[in-house]
Amino acid sequence: MTGDLALIWPELILTIGGLVTLMLGAFAGDRQVGLYQFAALLTLAAAGAAVVALSGTDAAVFSGTLAVDGFGGFAKLIIYGASLICIAVAPRYFGAAMRAEYSALILFAALGMGIMASSRDLMTLYVGLELNSLASYVLASFLRGDDRSSEAGLKYFVLGALASGILLFGISLLYGFSGTTDFAGVATAMAGGIDIGLLFGIVFVISGLAFKISAVPFHMWTPDVYEGAPTPVTTFFASAPKVAAMALLTRVLIEAMGAAGPALAAWQQIIIFLALASIILGAVGAIGQKNIKRLLAYSSINNVGFMLIGLAAGTQQGVEAVLTYLLVYVVTTIGAFLFVMQLRDADGRMVESIPAYAGLSKRQPGLAAAMAVFLFSLAAIPPLFGFWPKYLVFEAAVNAGLVPLAVAGVVVSVIGAFYYIAIVKTMFFDEEAEMAIRSDGSRTEGAVITVSALWLSLVGFLFIPMLAAAAQSAASVLF
Amino acid sequence: MSGLPILSLMLAIPAVAAILCLFLEARPARLVALAATLVDLALAIALWANFDIGGAQWQFVERADLFGRFQWALGVDGVAMMLIVLSTFLMPLCILASWESIKQRVGLYMAMFLIMEVIMIGVFAAQDLLLFYIFFEGVLIPMYLIIGIWGGQNRIYASFKFFLYTLLGSVLMLLAMIAMIREAGTTEIPVLMNYDFPPEMQTWLWLAFFASMAVKMPMWPVHTWLPDAHVQAPTAGSMILAGVLLKMGSYGFLRFMMPMFPDASAQFMWLVFALSMVAVVYTSLVALVQSDMKKLIAYSSVAHMAIVTAGLYAFNQQGIEGALIVMLSHGVVSAALFFCVGVIYDRLHTREISRYGGLAVNMPAYSLFFMLFTMASIGLPGTSGFVGEFLSLAGIYEASSWTAFVCTTGIILGAAYMLYLYRRIVFGELTKDDVKAMPDITPREWAIFVPLAAVALWMGVYPESFLAPMRGDVTTVVARLAPAKPEGDARLTAGKPEAAAPHGEAHHAGGVQ
Repeated sequence: MTGDLALIWPELILTIGGLVTLMLGAFAGDRQVGLYQFAALLTLAAAGAAVVALSGTDAAVFSGTLAVDGFGGFAKLIIYGASLICIAVAPRYFGAAMRAEYSALILFAALGMGIMASSRDLMTLYVGLELNSLASYVLASFLRGDDRSSEAGLKYFVLGALASGILLFGISLLYGFSGTTDFAGVATAMAGGIDIGLLFGIVFVISGLAFKISAVPFHMWTPDVYEGAPTPVTTFFASAPKVAAMALLTRVLIEAMGAAGPALAAWQQIIIFLALASIILGAVGAIGQKNIKRLLAYSSINNVGFMLIGLAAGTQQGVEAVLTYLLVYVVTTIGAFLFVMQLRDADGRMVESIPAYAGLSKRQPGLAAAMAVFLFSLAAIPPLFGFWPKYLVFEAAVNAGLVPLAVAGVVVSVIGAFYYIAIVKTMFFDEEAEMAIRSDGSRTEGAVITVSALWLSLVGFLFIPMLAAAAQSAASVLF
Repeated sequence: MSGLPILSLMLAIPAVAAILCLFLEARPARLVALAATLVDLALAIALWANFDIGGAQWQFVERADLFGRFQWALGVDGVAMMLIVLSTFLMPLCILASWESIKQRVGLYMAMFLIMEVIMIGVFAAQDLLLFYIFFEGVLIPMYLIIGIWGGQNRIYASFKFFLYTLLGSVLMLLAMIAMIREAGTTEIPVLMNYDFPPEMQTWLWLAFFASMAVKMPMWPVHTWLPDAHVQAPTAGSMILAGVLLKMGSYGFLRFMMPMFPDASAQFMWLVFALSMVAVVYTSLVALVQSDMKKLIAYSSVAHMAIVTAGLYAFNQQGIEGALIVMLSHGVVSAALFFCVGVIYDRLHTREISRYGGLAVNMPAYSLFFMLFTMASIGLPGTSGFVGEFLSLAGIYEASSWTAFVCTTGIILGAAYMLYLYRRIVFGELTKDDVKAMPDITPREWAIFVPLAAVALWMGVYPESFLAPMRGDVTTVVARLAPAKPEGDARLTAGKPEAAAPHGEAHHAGGVQ
């Protein structure tokens, strides 16, 4: 038991750090932003360091319910990094409404997500997922006075609760028909053949998790919540939980259901359907959106579809592609949302309407160029780095023999390119809008935008060997 | 060769200059761009001078294992080298052509052109399949911005059409590349060029590549983006689009589709011939009725590129060599013709042919240059157009006499629409007052016309300078295609393949023109 504790340092640090942040807020007051922010950022950095220190470990702790392995480590590092940025940019956005609970909730959400990414048992899975979800519901409605924020929180909560119910139902079916909640045990039961009960279990579990990654047809909440939630929270929703849920889905599919045998055939077709539906609806739904946050919500649905193509392959190469995709996607998304956060109108309010970006490249050439990089990267136009994960995903699909899926995917990706370049058109080709947009001028955000834009332009390609090695060692533990 | 990584240097110089231009005011940005492109031209000439004709197939090879899964692998054969020389030759002229006509956001404009130069050199020099794809596809971004920001009235429609059309073609090629890498286990182009893919797989790969290259070329019926893009793009944009970007498509045919999928190429020969024949006749007729100068020249580009595809798919030495010369010649001549349009467009701000007339009176020097390039486009002996068209038609005749017959009518039609254009603009009465007020070409325009004219004549009088470096590569491709090559319908008796006397033939065929 004590030995087990030594292996969950990241989780311990996050728990203690989250509590300390909460206490600091309670006793020192919400005005002491610097103090609790420092505690929260330090916690995440320390947790990240602990993950790095534990790299190379491959163990199952607490009677095999939680894995400490490279796969979880890879996902956790992305999750912690994204959470760190979402905490760092918050005070400027919230201003007087900033409270310590924000940082503490993100820490608890990060804890939950870490558990999601490393669970090896259906119960741990559920605990981690709910810890993350509950924190997220509160975060979505963090601006209590704002109608849109409250609405977003309520919507997220109701639909999230429904999804949790579906997931739990699926878990109970899997447990009922396999007699265990352990992933390995479920896999053993599935290897012996899929009866109708297990099949229903698979369908319900995947449906519940599809809600979390907002794959079509479980995506309905995404545009509303993204639009309504405060932008730093939207940034968070679009980045870290996607990683956690995708890692969790990967683990469940590969470890609990199996990458070979009868289960593969059962889940593969579900994932293929989710992938194509997400890509198509994410692309078509985004056309005609006037709000940039809604548009980015559809873009995230679209991107999840591409990740699912890699997952549908069900091979180690596919999982590596998914992990690489997650990292690049998170960097792009954070950059794009920080861009949204930077732009203010004359009264200092956020500018979320896309037509208001007309002619932005003349007023804010640097920001517009960075956003163009993000958008072209999301559209996967080389030489931007967003091309590389899409290439890997399609490579995995082709190598797994899913050629029709890959063909459908690339053809539909052209529809997606349309709305990305439409924003570039608004920023670069159109005449300047009357309303003068100015930049918020925050150094933290500016630095993050610059670094991510540079990384996505050409520098990223130099990281391919490193990224490939990391993704490979992470994915290999599942096979 | 030497230790100097000359190709990487040629990529690095414009790249650095492009970043610099983003931060500069208009005038220094122009100067930096011109300096960088001139340095690159000097390097390209050095490349040409040091190219060892008859030496190794791949020269100036560089290799750095930077990306793990694929490599920074550069190197040129004769064909790629000549196309790089063409690109770097046109680039300073494009910068000069937009010296005064571009007034807004000059820094960004120059940066985009320099990035275009990087990408064009990269496409022709890449020796790794994925590296090639990255460059090939990367051209979309700068071209999209150039058309969209500095284009004409309907620029947004044109830029979207260009972007989406080209992207749709390219993504299918990407899947084909994935399948090829999987099958052959390597991303190296020289290895893949000698890899024998299973014939049934070749069919699919060929079709996927065809989807991309045919759009880029462009071939009928997927050429419709080209007139829009040309008409809306700024003058220099059209010059580079017609001069070099279209050559990427035919380069793709020669570098990928023919040597990598010889069986499928033979299988689809009829398709290429059929589309080329339709394109030659149809687009020539369309060009004949245009009232917009740029559209007319854009359609003539489609017709010329159709002769290139037909020449390449003749599968013999003359046909392919001719197609290559047409590529180079068209690169120079169409760029020059677009510049001719740009010169008078800058003065009168309209592309309507009927608004002009009688320019021979007040712009004699301009009329002379325009005449030269018109003749070169028609294919008058002594100009670059003749050599290429004659050789490729001779090659096509060997493979399919009907195709040669139909393609030759294109040359007659070409003479018709070009001379008709020339008559309407340059001859006739000088009646319109604003046209009367147009001054003859400036020293800057001289500086652009003279090199273009010199090269067009050089290529027409002594094409051997251009053919010699490429001959070995053509022989290699012809040998590679030989097993799959279908028997032509010409049934020539005891031909002498070493057609070493283009002058003599030029004289002989002069009467046909």
